[in-house]
Amino acid sequence: MPEQLIWGMEVFFNGLMAGVLYALVALGFVLIFKASGIFNYAQGVMALFAALTLVGIMEGQVPFAHLINAIFGTEIHHFGWHVPGLLAILLTMVVMIALAWAVNQFIFRHLVNQEPIILFMATIGLAYFLEGVGDIMWGSDIKKLDVGLPQGINGPIDELTYNIFNYGFFIDNLDLVATLVAALLVIALVIFAQYSKQGRAMRAVADDHQAALSVGISLNFIWVMVWSLAGFVALVAGIMWGTKSGVQFSLSLIALKALPVLMLGGFTSIPGAIVGGLIIGVGEKLFEFAVGPMVGGATENWFAYVLALLFLVFRPQGLFGEKIIERV
Amino acid sequence: MLYREAGDFKTSYVADSQTFPIKFDRYRYYAVLIIGFAFIPFVINDYWVNAIFLPFLIYSIAAIGLNILTGYCGQVSLGTGGFMAVGAYACYKLMTAFPEVSILIHVLLAGGITAGVGVLFGLPSLRIKGFYLAVATLAAQFFLVWLFNRVPWFYNYSASGQINAPERTMFGVPVTGPETAAWAAYLFCLVLTVFCALIARNLTRGMMGRKWMAIRDMDIAAEIIGVNPLMAKLSAFAVSSFFVGVAGALFFAVYLGAVEVGEAFGITKSFLVLFMVIIGGLGSIFGSFAGAAFLVLLPVVLKLVGVDLLGWPTDLVAHLQLIIVGALIVLFLIVEPHGLAQLWRVAKEKLRLWPFPH
Amino acid sequence: MKKMFTTLALGAALAAGPAAADLVFPDLSYRTGPYAAGGVPFSDGYQDYFALVNARDGGIGGEKARVIECETAYNTEKGVECYEATKGEGALVYQPLSTGITYQLIPKVTADGIPLHTMGYGRTSAANGKVFSNVFNYPANYWDAASAAINHLLEENGGSLDGKKITLLYHNSAYGKEPIRTLEELSKKHGFELGQIAVDHPGQEQKSQWLQIRRERPDYVIMWGWGVMNQVAIQEAANIRFPMENFIGNWWAGAEHDVTPAGEAAHGYKSLNMNRIADLPVFEDIKKHVHEAGNAAGDGSNVGSVLYTRGMYAAMLAVEAAKTAQEIHGTADINAAQMRDGMEALEMTNEKMAALGMEGIGPEFSVSCADHGGSGQAIVQQWDANEKMWKPLTDYIDSDREVIATLVAEDSAAFAAENNISERCN
Repeated sequence: MPEQLIWGMEVFFNGLMAGVLYALVALGFVLIFKASGIFNYAQGVMALFAALTLVGIMEGQVPFAHLINAIFGTEIHHFGWHVPGLLAILLTMVVMIALAWAVNQFIFRHLVNQEPIILFMATIGLAYFLEGVGDIMWGSDIKKLDVGLPQGINGPIDELTYNIFNYGFFIDNLDLVATLVAALLVIALVIFAQYSKQGRAMRAVADDHQAALSVGISLNFIWVMVWSLAGFVALVAGIMWGTKSGVQFSLSLIALKALPVLMLGGFTSIPGAIVGGLIIGVGEKLFEFAVGPMVGGATENWFAYVLALLFLVFRPQGLFGEKIIERV
Repeated sequence: MLYREAGDFKTSYVADSQTFPIKFDRYRYYAVLIIGFAFIPFVINDYWVNAIFLPFLIYSIAAIGLNILTGYCGQVSLGTGGFMAVGAYACYKLMTAFPEVSILIHVLLAGGITAGVGVLFGLPSLRIKGFYLAVATLAAQFFLVWLFNRVPWFYNYSASGQINAPERTMFGVPVTGPETAAWAAYLFCLVLTVFCALIARNLTRGMMGRKWMAIRDMDIAAEIIGVNPLMAKLSAFAVSSFFVGVAGALFFAVYLGAVEVGEAFGITKSFLVLFMVIIGGLGSIFGSFAGAAFLVLLPVVLKLVGVDLLGWPTDLVAHLQLIIVGALIVLFLIVEPHGLAQLWRVAKEKLRLWPFPH
Repeated sequence: MKKMFTTLALGAALAAGPAAADLVFPDLSYRTGPYAAGGVPFSDGYQDYFALVNARDGGIGGEKARVIECETAYNTEKGVECYEATKGEGALVYQPLSTGITYQLIPKVTADGIPLHTMGYGRTSAANGKVFSNVFNYPANYWDAASAAINHLLEENGGSLDGKKITLLYHNSAYGKEPIRTLEELSKKHGFELGQIAVDHPGQEQKSQWLQIRRERPDYVIMWGWGVMNQVAIQEAANIRFPMENFIGNWWAGAEHDVTPAGEAAHGYKSLNMNRIADLPVFEDIKKHVHEAGNAAGDGSNVGSVLYTRGMYAAMLAVEAAKTAQEIHGTADINAAQMRDGMEALEMTNEKMAALGMEGIGPEFSVSCADHGGSGQAIVQQWDANEKMWKPLTDYIDSDREVIATLVAEDSAAFAAENNISERCN
């Protein structure tokens, strides 16, 4: 087989894996948009906040240490204990649920029935707010996140492909784990939405707020639940990305990677987020591989958007989005 | 009581359809113009111009531009930063290629070029709507920034890809470059801002503006009553991009003087201008000014209070600033989703009666 | 709070005092935003050293140094605001620690007559003092860095890089593009093949780039990164099992926080440095006079780290320049123009550095009217993941001055022509 083709295959598989990571971020968007019509720009910052909280809890950092020290002249930084990974994840989840409750209680309850763009703006305000709180709470230095996920090239795949093509493919162990986690997450979400009582209620709310309200579903509860779920997805995404680069401000920018995925897959479809992620991941990696060197590289940022744009021109509601029916 | 419209009779259609039909409003507007043109230039210094007035005026133009597209025509755009970059680079190329032509013409031409690019990226709006369009405009944002970073022709093959504004003069007085006096830069931007605001105001209350608003309120219905959506949407993109391009050109040439595209015209810029429009009030020229003033002044004021007055560490203040800005945005949306412009309207209603209850 | 009160009290005292005679050093820092991790230690070091000089020596030549910190968040607009807000206070020298802000300030400081010190960043051709009267980038600039890295590789390969493949992985911005021209010249001269791979801001996702490196198998990778790009690149390099000792970062890609997220995997990663990392006696002084007195600029945890040391080094150079200026002009209360003269006459010798408790922290160099660039030397350091510290690997390496001088002359001539500047120092 020609070299280019083999390399292309390697790039293809890596694109799939990258796509899964994008899809993880996009999932959080879809959950909230479906249930409440809110385009949650703060999803990226939520991932950052979740990861920061996780590291902070694991390392036994004192929250708001900087603020406390500045006001009281104390010198406290650490509690001096270390929390094991799993427990820390659970504690972080508690924080994220509290956050979901607060977001609903203080922001979106007051914005019911507003136009989508107003809701969108509110989430941007929320993003700013959380960014500031995260920094003050845990400090703005780079933190190492290690919950025991494997990293580095996967040996067996390398060997296997080397035997076949005489060129070992590079597949990152972390990406494999991410794929597995994402698959489990999606299955769990689908089962939850299809078969549990709360899940059904969630779908009912997504279909029609007022009808759901009239059959006795508590909108408040559902919204808090959805935001908690999104918080959980954010936590998972934060762990995956944070393991790679350390937990730091730039983590919040992964939201930008999820937007083209959303466009492509449709804002309202969970399978859409996954398929969209895969298409974007593969598309941008292959484009960078094939065309990138000719135009000087670094094409990935814009190509994802252009690809999504081209799709949209032919299918304005995205791949799996609900058909847009307009009435006068 | 304080704000009166009684006894203000109109005897002609022209008088009735002027921009500020109420005398009080009109005099207030003249007063603002007189202060802006005849008073402020004599008292300002470098700090006031570079930290407050220039960003305020330039962002006002950009906000007016985006407001036409988003507030009047209902097309949400997140590509403002990219279009500002087009204006800036067009201005740079024109300035260096034709040094003898007046800078004013370059700035306006830069706006015109941006309008063309805007129309091009506006084409998908005919198919794509709502948030899908918002995200689609991000394609423009990222592609344009990449393009200006990547093609050396745009930055005249300089080693680092930065562009620097050479010195250009108006009536013998430098308005770009390091030797620019504070008042000259201020007046140059003020003239353009007033010019843009006048155009925008008159466009939006004319036939074109009505078409845009019809499209915004319901595009299918608008089409049925005879508004051509192609023309209306693309004209909105063109006009909006013109303003944004002028803002970008001024931002580069007069305000910063040197620009790196990814840093100065990144995605954050797009969001910032969108904030201004929404906080100021969608579909209001006054709102664009109010929103720009609010978001330019707020960080400066917070910094002054936090660092200079209270003596807090700068990083704490910067973090608190994020929290406060975020909280204020949310608070504003909850209290008054239609922005500062609506607050102003409510205030006028109140002032009309005050201090009497009815 | 103690610190708050002291600054408050200081501020009040200054406001009350008759024309407070103090030397103002603005610190345009960034403790927030995507590059905060690099900005915090640098700013801590910069401020702590001035605090030390005030506490230990009673100021510079008897005049207290006053640092005004202003947060830029690495944002050029805020940088301009900070500049305008502080220049009226009698600022002596600016150190913005951002290439973007530097480009903005070059024309402004020249018009205002305030010196700008861009230590190892900013516009490289500013080393030509004939054109850039108020900009200084000693002790070394980016082109020196690129050349020093190549010289280090030359030495490793017995003087020849013929037929070797070297790939530059760079931040796709003005900063990242700086070394390209030099490396292209050097590749012609030494016969190595140069590959260029760009990484877009922020650099969170670099799979494509590293797959490309894995396919092309370059002998060496040189990195021009900043922020999250560094951590991801080092992690990805480890993932593809790229030999770490063949991976060299420039001096902004060689701090502790760049390598720690990758853990063990980063062992052996090399980077350039313009200042040596060692257990200097001056740190003890800082701990004693500044930190124990409760005046630490940050939380005090960064002392001795790469960027802290660099910030302190920058402050030391500023203080020494101020002392030189005081000598030249025979007054303790110098202004910005006199500070500029001091910087232009600055001479750093080993004796001087040893006397300050920082033996060998930087190279020996002297500044002149025509040459604002310093000696252009750099060291190579290597990360030891077991001991969690950077170890200097070489002594100061010279850069290829011939190649760089031509490039500097070319680029500064273009700037001079564009802005109608006539050459000085003739």
